[in-house]
Order: sequence, then structure tokens, then C-alpha cells
Amino acid sequence: MSERRIDPVTGTETTGHQWDGIEELNNPLPRWWLWTFYATVAFSLVYVVLYPAIPLLRTATGGVLGWSTRGDVAQKIAAANAGQAEMRELLVSTDLAMLDRDDALSSFASNAGAAVFRTNCSQCHGSGAAGAVGYPNLLDDVWLWGGTIDDIAYTVRHGIRNEDDPDARWSEMPAFGQILEDEEIATLVAHVQSLPGGQDPLAGPGGELFDMNCSACHGTDATGDRTIGAPNLTDAIWLYDNSTERLTDLISNGPFGVMPAWGMRLSEAEVRAVAAYVHGLGGGEAPEAPAPDAGDMPE
Amino acid sequence: MEYLKLVILALVALFAAIAADWGRDLAYSVHAVIVTFVAGGLFLWELRRMDLPRTAHDPSAYLDGPIRASVIATAFWGIAGFLVGTFIAFQLAFPELNFDWSEGYANFGRLRPLHTSAVIFAFGGNALIGTSLYVVQRTSGARLWGGNAAWFVFWGYQLFIVLAATGYLLGSTQSKEYAEPEWYVDIWLTIVWLVYLAVFLGTILKRREPHIYVANWFFLAFIVTVAMLHVVNNLSIPVSIWGSKSVQVFAGVQDAMTQWWYGHNAVGFFLTAGFLGMMYYFVPKQAGRPIYSYKLSIIHFWALIFLYIWAGPHHLHYTALPDWASTLGMVFSIMLWMPSWGGMINGLMTLEGAWDKIRTDPIIRMFVASLAFYGMSTFEGPMMSIRAVNSLSHYTDWTIGHVHSGALGWNGLITFACLYFLTPRLWGRAQMHSMAAINLHFWLATVGIVFYAASMWVTGIMEGLMWREVDANGFLVNSFADTVAAKFPMYVVRGLGGVLYLTGALVMVWNMWMTIRAPQSRPATALVPAE
Repeated sequence: MSERRIDPVTGTETTGHQWDGIEELNNPLPRWWLWTFYATVAFSLVYVVLYPAIPLLRTATGGVLGWSTRGDVAQKIAAANAGQAEMRELLVSTDLAMLDRDDALSSFASNAGAAVFRTNCSQCHGSGAAGAVGYPNLLDDVWLWGGTIDDIAYTVRHGIRNEDDPDARWSEMPAFGQILEDEEIATLVAHVQSLPGGQDPLAGPGGELFDMNCSACHGTDATGDRTIGAPNLTDAIWLYDNSTERLTDLISNGPFGVMPAWGMRLSEAEVRAVAAYVHGLGGGEAPEAPAPDAGDMPE
Repeated sequence: MEYLKLVILALVALFAAIAADWGRDLAYSVHAVIVTFVAGGLFLWELRRMDLPRTAHDPSAYLDGPIRASVIATAFWGIAGFLVGTFIAFQLAFPELNFDWSEGYANFGRLRPLHTSAVIFAFGGNALIGTSLYVVQRTSGARLWGGNAAWFVFWGYQLFIVLAATGYLLGSTQSKEYAEPEWYVDIWLTIVWLVYLAVFLGTILKRREPHIYVANWFFLAFIVTVAMLHVVNNLSIPVSIWGSKSVQVFAGVQDAMTQWWYGHNAVGFFLTAGFLGMMYYFVPKQAGRPIYSYKLSIIHFWALIFLYIWAGPHHLHYTALPDWASTLGMVFSIMLWMPSWGGMINGLMTLEGAWDKIRTDPIIRMFVASLAFYGMSTFEGPMMSIRAVNSLSHYTDWTIGHVHSGALGWNGLITFACLYFLTPRLWGRAQMHSMAAINLHFWLATVGIVFYAASMWVTGIMEGLMWREVDANGFLVNSFADTVAAKFPMYVVRGLGGVLYLTGALVMVWNMWMTIRAPQSRPATALVPAE
């Protein structure tokens, strides 16, 4: 039953076993295979000595090199921070309105702000800052809450309509669905849709409703009010869109866009940097003379 | 005995009907309804044949019915799994394919586990069950142990697949990769798996050969280890017996480590050891040549079994996992390189003296290609486990490419080759209906894999480099959305690779269908006496 024979094709002896016609040759382990295996074992032994590896009762061997993942990343972050420390301090101590007088600093701020923006802002405003429905486009020169660099820094630092920061920019459009009749809202929607075309905001039955319900915030000329974030309704730029369905919903239920208070998550230098970046995207406005203090700007 | 069976079935049906009514969530209730119908249907079926005379089994013949069923199930679930995979590949390229009307059921997040489980456990699992039961009979010279227990394993496993798949779509999941099914599905699989182990081991014990063939070592290692992995990783406490939700007994990094000990060894013992078992029987049979080296098979078997089980931590580099565990995971992965390659060497060198068959026999060509992909991905794996490489590759599409060069190349191709080997033999046909179609399938699948793997390497390394790219001041250059947008062309190429692979599998199904429909030309296989 166990008969070794010589395989005629290769001249190698078989082991003499046979299962369902399958035999096995008695070839030795390939030398290169064995030595490569030994080499990986040798590499592993050396590696285990050099790096944290062997668990002990309460701790583990730290390795001869003293390397750790946490130490490694802390070292890299510290090195990066050290390289940027000087510019960072300069950015924090410089009046934002004066930033453009220092080319090196403003270029640093803009690059740093771009990185902060990609990580923290692009989720809502888009990686190109063109915004999305309900999230303003930051490339144009239309600003809900003000477009000077200090206005932008304030918005970034405190956010909009969030519960975390008492200084958050705040305003709330009423839900007119509870105040007006459906037909009145339909009239208002048609009226608002006609405003960018040059329609007199106070004309006709729509104008009458607008005057009574909307002009207190959006103004009798419907150009809005930045101190309360009320959008200009005459510029054909829509934070959401101007479809009848959308406007009916907005007027009936009231929009309530929220932005986090980034001052609670980002460093002062990062807040200033991202303000400089957004300000430089194209629509940034020059500071009102005289330049206000750096930091919080009164509304 | 028959009465006991009837009572149990009736009780199960009754309990499941109550559970369907009391179920706290949709997935649980739907599963209870499925179980009610299955148990109720079996009850009626048993009842109707109570008075019929039972057909006696011929103990001198192999039990091939469950294997034939597994072959069909493998092809069926393969098509289902490849189809879902191709669809979700296009969902990533074109997010509009996450339709509003199917939101919550057929969006990417629900379909992804459906795809992975369908190809690994339904396609791969049925292939393993079918081939292992085929091989263990032939190499032991014995009929399967346990009478119709193998039929229970087959149908029980299909029920597990249906419960798992419907559970994913309905949102029942433990959120553990490759171990998504909830507690009662896990318990059912454990029962089925233990019966599988009993059937396999029982057949080995009553073998008429003096030695246990190497393929059976691998199959046994696969069955035993998967049972252990499955039980430990799924230890959880149900919130209610009337609901699908359960709470894991492990928490935090212990849970993560248990999960990747399981996940890595699902690859190691399910997709590697089990499939090496297939290789060790079907490659020498198809080539008509002896296994290259008995010594190599012993050494690489034990080295593989011993080393694989420690390599899991390499899935958790740079996480909350302590550095020492991550180091050990890495060095065990590196030492695993040669033991893995032992299987490839033994497979390829078995063709010594029959190399010409690569040219003439498309089935051999498929075996050789699958071993080549096996060798490639078992080199790539240890390389990616090196911490420095992993810091670039982790969380990128490189990982996806690595997994698929192994899954499509190694597991897929070897399974197709085994199906081509088994179909004519199990149905008593001279050979497959069309050799040209096998050749076509080979090329469709191979080109599809190359499309898939190459596009994922490119996009994976690209996004890894984009994530870490910094400017002169040390600031990150790219946003995450930038890296997603940059991957789009490669995602389309990947999807096309999937289309080719799926097309090849459809050609195979047609070929199998035509073969089975052809007139019988040789007797079904009889028990081969031991020497």
C-alpha cells in the first residue's frame, strides 16, 4: 500500500502515499524559500528588539530606539509648529485690517487659511468655497453679515445662530405660515420673485404685504440689513433658490442657517488666517475708515 | 425519530410566528416570518412523506447530492455578489445611483456588506463546503459521515445567507466587518458550522486510507478556526429576545482588536487555508501530476497555521492599539510571507512535467493564474503590514485593490476552475460543454482583475500622497473632497473591470447550464476503494 516509486517525468522519488490517484513527490524544501523564511524571522527578531514589542505584566518593552507612534507624531507636529511659530505670533499681534501691508505675512495667512478652510469649512461651503444651497457662496461680493476682514473674522470666531457662543451672530426670521394666510404667502412669493427684475418693493398687493411683514428687516427698498443678516432680495443672488416651492417653504417656516463658533475649536491664528483666506477669495471689502480694533467688531 | 423532528419543526414554526408578531424591529420580524415559512414548510413536507418508505442509501457510493447543490449555489451567489459589487462600484463613481426611492435599503452603505458577505460567505463559502465534502470523500475512500447531515449543512447555510443578506438591507447589523449579522443569525451559523465540522471530521475518522491527505489538513484547519473566530468575535448580549439589536461584550480597543483578529483570520483561514485545501486536490487532479513536495506541504501548513493567527493587529496600525501589539502584528505578517508562498510553490511546481497544459488546457491556465494572484497578494499583504508602508496605504483604495487581487484573482479564479472540474464529473458528463467558453471566461476575468487592481493601486497611492501633501509653509494642500474628485476616472475603470468579471461569470453559468443539460455519458462516480 505504501510503495515508493520513481516519478519517470522528473526522476524524483514519491512518498509512496496515494489518495484518489494523487501522489506526492519527495522533493526537499526549496533552498531559497527556506533561507528567505529564515531572513524574515531574523528581520523580525531585530525589529522586536528595536521597537516596542513584548508585552509584560503592566507595560511592554519600549524597544532600543525609544520610538513610539505617539512620540513620533508629537515630534513632527512640534517641528512643524516651531517652523511656523514666528509667523503665527506675528499674525495674532497684527491688526487684521493692516494685514495686506506685509506681503510675507499675508501670504502665510492666506496659505494657512486655505488649509484650515479645506479641513473645516469645505464640508458646507465647498472645497472651492462656491457654497451650496443654504450655505453662502464666499467667492462673490455679497455678504450677509459684512465683508470686511474683521467682519469675516467675527463670523468665523463666534459663528451664526449656534447655542455655544453667546456672541454668535443672531437673528431669526419668523415662520409666517403661522401669521399669514396661504394665499397671502403665495402673493408674497410671487412678489419676492419679481424683486430682482426691478419691481417696486412696495407696489401692489404683494408690496403691501411686504411693507407690513418684511420691510422691518429687509428694508423698504428690500436691500436687506447686514447688522441682522437679512439678505438683499433685489440682487438675484439666492442663499437657497427662488423656486416657488422653496420660497413658500422659507416664508412659511423661516430659515435658520447655523454656523459653528470656530473660535472654540481653532486657535486665534487659525481664525485670523481663515478670515484672511476668505477675504482674499475675491469679494473681500476694504475696512471702513478708521480701522476698528483687531478682534471683535461691534455689529 | 420522525415524530421528534415533526415536534421540533412545529415548535420552531410556532415560536417564529410569535416572534414575527412581537418583533421590535422590521429586520427581526421579517426574519421571523422567513423562519416560520421554512419550518412550517418542512413540517408539512415531513408530514406528507411520513408513510412513504424511506429510500435506503447505498453505502458504497459517495453522497454527491449536497455537493451538486453547492456547485449550483456557488454559481448563483457568485453572480449575485459580483452584480452587487459592480453596482456599488458604479455608485461610488456616480452617486446618483444611490436612488432616493431606495434610500435606506439600497444605498451604498447597505449594499456594501451585502456584496462582501455574498462573495466571501455565499460564493466562497458554498465553494468551500462543496469542494471540501467532495475532496474528503475521494481522499478518504469513504461516504460522508452522518447520513443526510450534509444536506442540513447545505440548506442551513443557505438560510444563514438569506437571513444575513435581508438583514443588511433592512439595517440589522453589528457593524463589525465580515461579521455584520446579528446574534440569532450568528447562533444559527454556529449550529450549522458544528454539524459541518462533525460531517467532515466523521468522514476523516472513518477513512479507508492510512494517512490524511494534505488538502484535508487545510480544510480541517479552516473549519475549526472559523468556528473559533466566529464564536469569539460575535460574543454579544441581545437587548431583547424579540429584537435584532445586541451589545458586544468587548468595548473600545479590545473590541477593535478582537474584530481584526477575526477579520484577518477570516482572510487567513477562510480565504487562504480553505482555498489551499481546494488547490491541493484539484490542481494535481487536473494536471495529472504528483504534488511537488510533501515536506514543503507539511512545513508551510504548520508555519501558516501558527503565524497567521497573530497577524491581525496590522489592520490597526496608528490607532489606539498599543505600539507593541502593532509591532507584533507587523513582524508576524512579514514572517508569514514564505509560509504563504509555500502553497503557491507547491501548486505551480506540481505542473513540472505538464507545463504544456497551460497552453492547451484553459482550466489549468485558470489554476495557474489564480496561484499567481495568490502569490502576488500574499507578497503585497506583508509589505502593506510594514508600518511605514501602511501609513501611506491605510484607509486608501490600495487596500481595496489588494483585497480584490486576492479575492477576484485567487479565490475567484480557483473557484471557477474547480466548478469546471466538478460540473462534468458530478453530473456524469464527458467534459464541459464548451472549452472555448472557458477560455473566454479566463480572459474576461483576468483582464477584469487587471483593470480593477491597477486602477485601485493608482487611485490608492494617489489619494495617500494627496492626503499628506503639504506646501512650503507646512500646510495641507488638498481637501478631502479634492481627493475624492481626483479618483473619479479610476472609479469608472474599476467599475468596468467589474463588468468584465461579471460577464465572464455569466459565460461560466451558461456553460455549466449547457453541460448539465447534455445527455449523461458516464456513470456517476462510485466509491474508490482505498489501496
